[in-house]
Amino acid sequence: MSDDILELSPVQMDALREIGNVGAGNSATALSQIINHRIDMNVPKVSIVPLGEVPDMVGGPEAVVVGVFLRVYGSAPGNILFLLPADSAFLLVDMLMGKKRGDTQNLDFMDESALMEIGNILAGAYLNALFNLTKLSLLPSIPALAVDMAGAILNVVLIQLGQMGDHALVIETQFDADEGDIKGHFFLVPDPGSLDTILAAVGMGS
Amino acid sequence: MAELIKVGMADYKVGRAPSIIISYGLGSCIGVSLYDPVSKVGGLLHIMLPDSTQSRSSENPAKFADTGVPLLLKDVLALGANRSKLVAKMAGGAQMFAFAKATDIMRVGARNAEAVKALLKDMKIPVIAEDTGENYGRTVQINLENGVYTVKTMVKGEKEI
Repeated sequence: MSDDILELSPVQMDALREIGNVGAGNSATALSQIINHRIDMNVPKVSIVPLGEVPDMVGGPEAVVVGVFLRVYGSAPGNILFLLPADSAFLLVDMLMGKKRGDTQNLDFMDESALMEIGNILAGAYLNALFNLTKLSLLPSIPALAVDMAGAILNVVLIQLGQMGDHALVIETQFDADEGDIKGHFFLVPDPGSLDTILAAVGMGS
Repeated sequence: MAELIKVGMADYKVGRAPSIIISYGLGSCIGVSLYDPVSKVGGLLHIMLPDSTQSRSSENPAKFADTGVPLLLKDVLALGANRSKLVAKMAGGAQMFAFAKATDIMRVGARNAEAVKALLKDMKIPVIAEDTGENYGRTVQINLENGVYTVKTMVKGEKEI
């Protein structure tokens, strides 16, 4: 069987959504404290999508985005990807670096470093919340950053899933800050084997 | 107006002049084209992984180099391409994120490129142009009118190979 994720029950999907909710909530609070702005967050979407359609979730494969990627190590390994449209990333950098709104038009080394640190903090907050819920100890790698087409950046997380099946289970949360001018997508993409571990840890194993 | 045929990830399409076949936003994936300049028949395949035998079963042979390239070949021949006239071009295979310790998964772009080249060599189809590796995404298209393969990138602009 190539795609076990197609057989998740609605209750199991709910459990994953709740995990996403708690994780992303913790991340949003952390981000809000750093930039000193209110952050709105939607209820996480848990979707099972054909691999080829994942880029459409962030505006299509050619949309220019900034991606901060972290590998998750531990008992339920996976990937974390924080994606921001380029314009949102520039505004976020303005806030972080105390620049005038609209100053940042491309990213220098310091800007990239700041965004990677944001990715680091968000991932840490997310995984901490996951730990409180599941007692699974998960550690993020150091972050890596790329500015490029969404399709190309998403390739990285999809490749691993591609070895196991034709669909991706994606836990996605959208953040809005600065009256909606800063948008971000936070993806947790568990490795295929990790899903059972996560579900079992919350008493939803099959 | 030339028809624009879109190819998604782990997918392939074939066609004839004056169509243009395009695939958007390739990272470590590879876009392989086969083209017969005489009959002006060709196709474009967007593979994700080098080797289907390293993976669990998949319903989609276009995902892998070893199962996807033969499929593309079969379909361009069925559409009227001449086996001995076929030429290949390829682009993609980037490593999008640089990590100090590159694992096999991180190097998948390079492995994809190697796999495609080895396959085409076995099939005796010459690779006449290539733009692979580096660390940026590419949108690729082949114009079946003249076989021009265009690579569009965000960082390096556009070029024809």
